[in-house]
Amino acid sequence: MAFYFVQFLTGLASAASLFLVASGLSIIFGVTRIVNFAHGAFYMLGAYVAFTLTERFSGALGFWGGIVVAALIVAIIGVLVEMVLLRRIYHAPELFQLLATFGLTLMVQDIVVMIWGPDDLLGRRAPGFKGAVDFFGQNIPSYDLFLIALCPIVLGILWLLFQRTRWGVLVRAATQDRDMVAALGVNQKWLFTSVFALGVFLAALGGALQIPRDAVHHALDLRIIVEVFVVVVIGGLGSIIGAFVAAVLVSELNAFGILIFPKISIILVFLVMAVVLIVRPWGLFGKPEAAARRTPGLTVTPWRPLTSGERLMSLGALVLAAMMPLFAGNYALTVGSEIAIFVIFAASLHFLMSVGGLASFGHAAYFGLGAYGVAFLAKAAGLPMIVSLLLGPVLGLLGAAIFGFFAVQLSGVYFAMLTLAFAQIVWSIAFQWVEVTGGDNGILGVWPERWAASPANFYWLSLGITALVVTVLRVMVFSPFGFALRATRDSPLRSEAIGINGKRVQWTAFVISGTVAGIGGALFAYLKGSVFPDSVGISLSVDALVMVLLGGVETVSGAVIGAIVFKAANIWLVSQTDLSKLVLGGFIVLMVVAFPKGIVGTLETIRNRRRSADTKSALATSRIEVAE
Amino acid sequence: MRRRHLLGAGLAIAVAGMAGSAMAQSEIKEIKIGEINSYSLLPAFTEPYRKGWQLAVEEINAAGGINGKKLVVISKDDGGKPADAQTAANELVSSENVAMLAGTFLSNIGLAVSDFANQKKVFFLAAEPLTDAITWSKGNRYTFRLRPSNYMQAAMLVEEAAKLPAKRWATIAPNYEYGQSAVAVFKKLMSEKRPDIQWVDEQWPPQGKIDAGPVVQAVAAANPEAILNVTFGADLVKLVREGNTRGLFKGRSVVSFLTGEPEYLDPLKDETPEGWIVTGYPWYDIKTPDHDKFLKAYQAKYNDYPRLGSIVGYQTIKAAAAILAKANSTDPEKLIAATEGLSMPSPFGEITFRKIDHQSTLGAYVGKTALKDGKGVMVNSVYRKGADYLPSDAEVEKLRPKQ
Amino acid sequence: MSMVPTLLKVEGLSKSYGGVHAVRSVSFELRAGEILALIGPNGAGKSTCFDMLNGQNMPDSGRIHLLGEDTVGRKPRAIWRLGVGRTFQITATFPTMTVRENVQVALVSYGRQLFNFWGSTAAYAREEAGRLLDLVGMGAYAERPCGELAYGDLKRLELAIALANQPRLLLMDEPTAGMAPRERIELMRLTASIAREQSIGVLFTEHDMDVVFEHADRILVLNRGSLIAEGSPEEVRGNPQVRAIYLGEGLVYDARHREGAGA
Repeated sequence: MAFYFVQFLTGLASAASLFLVASGLSIIFGVTRIVNFAHGAFYMLGAYVAFTLTERFSGALGFWGGIVVAALIVAIIGVLVEMVLLRRIYHAPELFQLLATFGLTLMVQDIVVMIWGPDDLLGRRAPGFKGAVDFFGQNIPSYDLFLIALCPIVLGILWLLFQRTRWGVLVRAATQDRDMVAALGVNQKWLFTSVFALGVFLAALGGALQIPRDAVHHALDLRIIVEVFVVVVIGGLGSIIGAFVAAVLVSELNAFGILIFPKISIILVFLVMAVVLIVRPWGLFGKPEAAARRTPGLTVTPWRPLTSGERLMSLGALVLAAMMPLFAGNYALTVGSEIAIFVIFAASLHFLMSVGGLASFGHAAYFGLGAYGVAFLAKAAGLPMIVSLLLGPVLGLLGAAIFGFFAVQLSGVYFAMLTLAFAQIVWSIAFQWVEVTGGDNGILGVWPERWAASPANFYWLSLGITALVVTVLRVMVFSPFGFALRATRDSPLRSEAIGINGKRVQWTAFVISGTVAGIGGALFAYLKGSVFPDSVGISLSVDALVMVLLGGVETVSGAVIGAIVFKAANIWLVSQTDLSKLVLGGFIVLMVVAFPKGIVGTLETIRNRRRSADTKSALATSRIEVAE
Repeated sequence: MRRRHLLGAGLAIAVAGMAGSAMAQSEIKEIKIGEINSYSLLPAFTEPYRKGWQLAVEEINAAGGINGKKLVVISKDDGGKPADAQTAANELVSSENVAMLAGTFLSNIGLAVSDFANQKKVFFLAAEPLTDAITWSKGNRYTFRLRPSNYMQAAMLVEEAAKLPAKRWATIAPNYEYGQSAVAVFKKLMSEKRPDIQWVDEQWPPQGKIDAGPVVQAVAAANPEAILNVTFGADLVKLVREGNTRGLFKGRSVVSFLTGEPEYLDPLKDETPEGWIVTGYPWYDIKTPDHDKFLKAYQAKYNDYPRLGSIVGYQTIKAAAAILAKANSTDPEKLIAATEGLSMPSPFGEITFRKIDHQSTLGAYVGKTALKDGKGVMVNSVYRKGADYLPSDAEVEKLRPKQ
Repeated sequence: MSMVPTLLKVEGLSKSYGGVHAVRSVSFELRAGEILALIGPNGAGKSTCFDMLNGQNMPDSGRIHLLGEDTVGRKPRAIWRLGVGRTFQITATFPTMTVRENVQVALVSYGRQLFNFWGSTAAYAREEAGRLLDLVGMGAYAERPCGELAYGDLKRLELAIALANQPRLLLMDEPTAGMAPRERIELMRLTASIAREQSIGVLFTEHDMDVVFEHADRILVLNRGSLIAEGSPEEVRGNPQVRAIYLGEGLVYDARHREGAGA
């Protein structure tokens, strides 16, 4: 019995650090609607800075002072980030801030190694909390007890802050309705900045408090960020209590789960999230999201098909690209194939995300399923390449049909997180089911047949399929189905009122998108000759998001350009420098600031501005009164 | 939108630079080796590794290069992703025209590059990946491996572990192929030697994400007499901290993979648990002329002590140079012929690349952990030659696919 | 009048939220070509009534016969398929499409082409869309981005969208809210003429009594969820009960308030 009690306490201690970080993220999201990917980076910075301070200043004061000062320092860094970077892009399309914070995260990973070196650092133990307390023969670390006590204290302080101060009331109001606060005449800028500072402070504090238990190293951020997102979503976005309950729930399920299923940890949080979101679509303590109000004037340029001139130019570009084998070497051709494959992948997500308004955070699942589909067919069943290429994506289709059915019942961030959960479930199957998938050692020897083996032939194959897929998707965008999909995205109310079954339309789009991603994955398997669980991993899903956002989420061809630019930059940088993350992150941040609508979006804006200046259009902007 | 126009232009720009270098093949005055490792993902291990191979390059060229040609190592980062490693391998082979590929740390990346090498008929010398598959179940004729494999390290540890009186064993290993196969081999070899032992608990925390408190509690609840640990890096730090505080290791024997390597032992500082049976690299304790020479050169160049990665990096390039010198050619077939059965000196003594499975006989040190001046060290270390811990040739024949 | 078919027949419609009766036992009928106004002070239950007719809300009890079918429990899209057009208090259109495309989407749906993946929407029912836009006086704006329209124009666009399925009944929730007084009259005049011409029944809620009294054939007055009066404009105007609870100062206040909230 004592054992189970101690296991329970141990679970609570794990929950404490998770809660601190998660509450910060929840507050930031609640008010600013920013999906702050850099939250893990701030957590890690908190740990590093605290390490330096506690090593430098001895004694109990040095330690505890160091922890708090570290959190404050990082909070100031957070304020700078908010003022310099995020303020510029609050009005950018939804999720664009994710791109900026993702870039920051990449940079921080390299920067901490440059400052603190590559080695794992072992911080001091907390003065006065080094030992353990004996509980009926079981030892409980006294630091765990400290954390267990701290957690409700922080919760209490936050509660007082939100219930009893004017600032807290404003924050709560803003969480419920952003526009209302703006209407109240509150200085929204500083409200956002202060909220961001508080959130970052909590993240950094969570990181700093880990140094007596953990090693400080440069992968801390990724270790926590996804888990924290999951906790926030399980609890309900914007709900502090929810974050607390979810952190405890997840930690306790893990503490007791491993007694029965020792391998459960790897997937547990995602299973919990999937179940919670299916049963309670807004998390345990969340409230249904008010329908997102589109910022008026943001997307006033309706999409249009290519003019015949543009069609000719596209064709010319395709012919030019097809001529590459005449002058480029094998490596360049293989890179060309890879870029083409990622164009397919990005275009598939674009169809779901831009046309359908459904941002999937787990799109790699269907890419990876296509790749595994090919690997199974080619290796296990020994089917010829053409057959495998045609049938492999069917696995992506099936996955999308099953997961998509549940996912489209939700929308917004909840949709994103459910897709993430499904992707992680697929990933863990690929990772754990060693007999079938080879686990992390993957499936090797999936090489193309002789006719497609040469880099030039494979390049033509990839380019041809890419051109076909992009064209088909584009036709679909302007087809009646594409309009039905956009209608559902633009106004669920109106589309229902004109007889459109929105869920069915979105589900269909999800299946199309998943199948196309599967086509990309199928080609990818042959390009690399192997399939690994990476192809289903979070980082690939994030790459896809970055490509679409970089190109411009509100454009038709953004994904194509975004994929080319991102993938080419990525491959080139990884080849040229070990600091590729720093440079790539910096590049993304610069792009975000320079092209707040994405590359293509910004180009279109410039072109439109020129056009309207030319024609001296009488179309005065003052006519835009209300969009919705 | 001019989407395909831009597609083409983008591709053209992307490849323009890459195409250029392919054509700039000058007169062959130098021999290039293409090296790939997870520099950005695992700097703690790859930095000493890089220093090691850079020292080797310097020494080789100072001694006149390879048959008079200058040795050049072109190094690429794989970011910890098998797919990126293949892109890098492709660039090295197609664009840089390297004579061979070398390196890699993670097992799945080692396997990915090995498969690439097999497909493209390129010589590959795997440096660090530990998986048995790379020389056995997924072995191929183009791939050789330097470091002692999972199996060899397990066999070395089992030799010591079998002497322990403990009968109730628990295991803690990261939940991926390396951890799984380390535990599987250890269990198999151990049960052969000691049919009387029981496996009472196993814990599989996710790699890099151990929630150490509950894991330690769960193991303690099973009350084993001995524990096998396969975690390393930050996971090991957390495990040791929780285990120390909760008294998990008190009165229990612990056998631990790799923990004696400075990469993993040093971060534990004064919290290093004592008396663990580990494999590792006690650089401070090795008194052989071969090692002395290496140690002096390394410390003189870097003003730092070597990690095991330094040895691996150093020996990888030394071995590559020896292979290239003997083959006196960059033809992969000749390189393979030269490598099979090739013996050479190393800081750990003479090693041989076996013909039968392309595994080198580089060994490892087995000893016990101890605390000295507030730092973790290995004591009573003994070098175990790799050749003594491999299965019989008949068994190896069965393990390797027929070609 | 007896030869004119009944489009909508509501019997004993009730809905309560946590003990509060939002709508209680409301019954009425609507005939083809008739323009029926549903009025009442804020919170009288107009919107709840509307949502139940439209399928967005389930009644606790009561019957709704729309065009001869029992529609209780049907989704809005199913009710639309029966031939019911709908406009909203706050306009709901597709801001990222052109004005013409807004109408075309509705026509696509009406033509059951929603799962046509290959055709060109631009060419689909182009003339029909143009005709509907001309009908509401928006023909000149056809190629404009919908997001650029002034509010009054959006209301007219909504009417065009609502007419796309050749409805026999229009449900209009505060069709003139947020519009300038002159625009209101224009829009309702337009609606009335279309309704008479095509023999469409119209049920609308409205705060502007000028609009109501000028265009409604009959008026239903709701108060606290119950129907308190029904009749021609003259009858309702003369009803002392209605005057007491509704046509006082509250009206002026309401109209202003609504204008502020809708814009």
